[in-house]
Amino acid sequence: MGLIRYIGKKAVIYLATFFVAVTLNWAIPRFMPGNPIGILLSRFATLPESAEVMYSYFTQAFGLDKPLYEQYINFWRALLNGDLGVSIYLYPQKVRDIVLEALPYDIVLIVPAVIVSWIVGNWLGALASTNRRLDNILMPIFYFLTASPYFWMAIVLAWVFTVTIPIFPPSGAYSPGISPSLSLSFIVDFLKHWILPFLSLLLVMLGGWAIGMRNMIIYELESNYSRYMEALGAPNRLILRYAFRNAMLPQITGLALQIGLAVAGAITTEIVFSYPGLGYLMLQAIQNQDYFLMQGAFLVIVIMVLISNFVIDIVYAIVDPRVRYTYTGETG
Amino acid sequence: MQARFKSIVPLLLSILVLQVVLSINASAQELPRNETIYVGGGLWAPSSNFNPLTPWAAATGSVGLIYEPLFLYIPIKDEFVPWLAEEGKWVSDNVYEVKLREAKWHDGTPLTAEDVKFTFEYAKIHQGIYYSSIWNWLDRIEVVDERTVRFVFSEPHYPEWTYYLYTLYIIPKHIWEKIENPLEEANTNPIGSGMYKLKSYDQNQVVYERNDEWWGKDAFGTPGPKYIVYLRVASNNVALAMLVRGELDWSNFFLPGVPQLVKQYEFIHTWYKDRPYHLPANVAFLFINNQKYPLNLTEFRRAMAYAINVDEIIERVFEGTVLKSNSVGFLPIPSWQRFYAKDLDEEMGFKYDPDKANEILDKLGFKDIDGDGYRETPSGERLRLTIIVPFGWTDWMESIRIIAENLGQVGINVEPKFPDFSKYFDDLTKGYFDLAINNFNSFVSPTPWTMYNWLFYEDTPPIGENSWNGNFGRYFNDEITQLLGEVLVTPMDDEATLRELYRKIQEIFLRDLPYIPLWYNGFWFQASTLHWTGWPSEDNPYGVPVTWPGNWQLGGVLTLLNLKPVVREETKTTTSPVVTTVTKTQEVTETVTVTEKGQVVTKEVVKTQTTVITKTVEQTVEQMTTPTGGNNTLIAVAVVIIVVLAALALLRRR
Repeated sequence: MGLIRYIGKKAVIYLATFFVAVTLNWAIPRFMPGNPIGILLSRFATLPESAEVMYSYFTQAFGLDKPLYEQYINFWRALLNGDLGVSIYLYPQKVRDIVLEALPYDIVLIVPAVIVSWIVGNWLGALASTNRRLDNILMPIFYFLTASPYFWMAIVLAWVFTVTIPIFPPSGAYSPGISPSLSLSFIVDFLKHWILPFLSLLLVMLGGWAIGMRNMIIYELESNYSRYMEALGAPNRLILRYAFRNAMLPQITGLALQIGLAVAGAITTEIVFSYPGLGYLMLQAIQNQDYFLMQGAFLVIVIMVLISNFVIDIVYAIVDPRVRYTYTGETG
Repeated sequence: MQARFKSIVPLLLSILVLQVVLSINASAQELPRNETIYVGGGLWAPSSNFNPLTPWAAATGSVGLIYEPLFLYIPIKDEFVPWLAEEGKWVSDNVYEVKLREAKWHDGTPLTAEDVKFTFEYAKIHQGIYYSSIWNWLDRIEVVDERTVRFVFSEPHYPEWTYYLYTLYIIPKHIWEKIENPLEEANTNPIGSGMYKLKSYDQNQVVYERNDEWWGKDAFGTPGPKYIVYLRVASNNVALAMLVRGELDWSNFFLPGVPQLVKQYEFIHTWYKDRPYHLPANVAFLFINNQKYPLNLTEFRRAMAYAINVDEIIERVFEGTVLKSNSVGFLPIPSWQRFYAKDLDEEMGFKYDPDKANEILDKLGFKDIDGDGYRETPSGERLRLTIIVPFGWTDWMESIRIIAENLGQVGINVEPKFPDFSKYFDDLTKGYFDLAINNFNSFVSPTPWTMYNWLFYEDTPPIGENSWNGNFGRYFNDEITQLLGEVLVTPMDDEATLRELYRKIQEIFLRDLPYIPLWYNGFWFQASTLHWTGWPSEDNPYGVPVTWPGNWQLGGVLTLLNLKPVVREETKTTTSPVVTTVTKTQEVTETVTVTEKGQVVTKEVVKTQTTVITKTVEQTVEQMTTPTGGNNTLIAVAVVIIVVLAALALLRRR
């Protein structure tokens, strides 16, 4: 009962967030200077007579001649029907198709990076917390990693591995001249392009996890239950295992927060490597004032972040009953 | 045990996701190198549109290779090459007759007069088609017989019609008449009449395959390359590296350092063997806001024209790869030169002369009152102008720095600014700028009318409202409007009348100097003779080798017809064009820092730029001698395996 009420409350909050985020995303591009139809036509050297006709036609076709409030209503109406509109930059492709095509590239970057960094980071943190010497070496590295911005890490990696030691390609998801296929040569090529953006996400996230884990375990080892076990003569390994479990809880919360940050990080990383995911797409959309593509890409990012947070919230409530009690006001 | 299982999850997940990516398009292809030509320079966005009715969004080659115009136009010779048309002529003052060749569509259906009629009339129904305004002055189209069409005009716009003859592409009636919203059609299975068919496309490239059933085989021959791989290359610097490595055969990119490139590599082919290397393509104008004080003063504009040192820009920014414009902006092509009033230019034109500029400004009353080195207006107000070009257009960015410097030397305070393209274009079309460079529609053409029509477009709304194209500085002159109106209805072969009209326009232009012509941007073209020969050049000028969207009919298609593969003795064909673009990032960052410094000392900038270029070239040579492909693969695989194993091992230990 409590769980359902808890989920219900959370759902309302998330829906409100969604509404505000999407509204902002609708509004911001429209207050930018510039005119998408003008840019579209600027790519075409033609007689002014032709440009004049096309200008009025496409302004109408994209519904940009209507007053803003009407555009806004139409936007929600279309959105609820699953229609994200037509891209201006990649005319006449549907924004939905473009976004769906870009999404896999984000997933192959973000999901492995988050999971691997979470596992490896936690493990390294736990290791550091029990070994003084290792701790002294690792901690500065962790702080360095976690403090570096994603794009900076990406540039450093790009510089080291594509210029200084040129072993990886600097941009794209696969080489020009190769078509996606299930052949070995393509997979190798794909991985070669994937590894640097993946590593820049992984390294930055790793530091945060490791620091969090180390501090949590040290804290847990100081706690009363650990002392009590120690007094009872329990082996170190056993104490550590209990401490580790307790230290995990905040790390799960962290995971929820991290997904949002990882998406943001992926955007800048993709831009550095021209990796054709949503982030790169968004940059293209902004540069070409493609309102509809911007909305579409942002919408998917918002949905991804909100859903993953929602799922983590639920998982968390199941893992730790105290959470749902505080939310629903039940007293345990 | 449980822990170990858990750690496999991410591995499985990533494999699964990889599968998703791969399933998008599953067709491996390795094209034989001796039948394939790699082209670049006209594809900037991932392409998935092949609709000839939206040529501004269609992949380059959609029009030209797949869909064909009635005529080709070769600007260097001022020659119309009958293409789909066998012949075209004015049979009376307002009737133009076209006789068609025996052409057919890719699906075998014959291309007839009905198709031509349909193509035009389609724009009557669908107003968004770019040539729909033709119906303001075209009355009707008569089909005389299977292969003869007559266009009857209510008011024949001769130069405009001539322009459409080679920029309008005939579409098959039997296919398009069934399409409801032709402008929203991506047309990914294009049926045209051209010598190439679409083979495949993805994020990085479009591949065309020769149409061996092409109707023009007997009349024109067979194009050399069986496959055209049109590459989307991330930047000009990557293109440069690919060209010297023989991975790009035909480049229409603006490449920095062309003089060194040509000197260093024998196999790089350019139009001219020496300066300026390129054919002129269009005129870069300095647009001046004619509605803003003091830019609305003719003499003030004239002073600016005297103050700008275009030669310096050409030397320092373009390394001599472009030509300086004359004072009226007439391109050095026969169709325009015919009407160029050289005597007027010599008499009333301008040249670099800062003393003269100072003199004019002094006379106008613009003096430096507060002693800051810059002139104030006669009423004593500070004067501060801006000049804009889009950010990232590095050649123009350098150019306006020099222009601002030049104007500063005569005491006009001008600040160069580099807004994003969208802001630049918005300011330009709304008239919110002071000074700006633009060249979007001063392209080579059969008549200078196309440039003047753009430059002085009469139907331009006042400042603050969105204009479409041209006359960005809002210069209005009834006399010019009237003269251009007369040009429009004067037959193209009535040269005497036209010469008189154009002469008057040039006179007014030189008198009022609304805008300042600067230099002729080139048809950037570098080819590699490693795999293909037969390129056009100064000595063999059969056409302009350009592959930009909508420009193939200027000679790109003729180039394809003339190309022949280079026969090699060794038959070892390394077919996989895996491109490891390596030298790019360094160069990009270096140029960026250089340009930032440039604000203070521009002279140094160019120097550093050139050294950067030669560096790249050397690096690429090294690369050619040490094939690293195999190593890379191994390292990449090893790294991935290590990462995965590490994750596994870590959990196991716990």
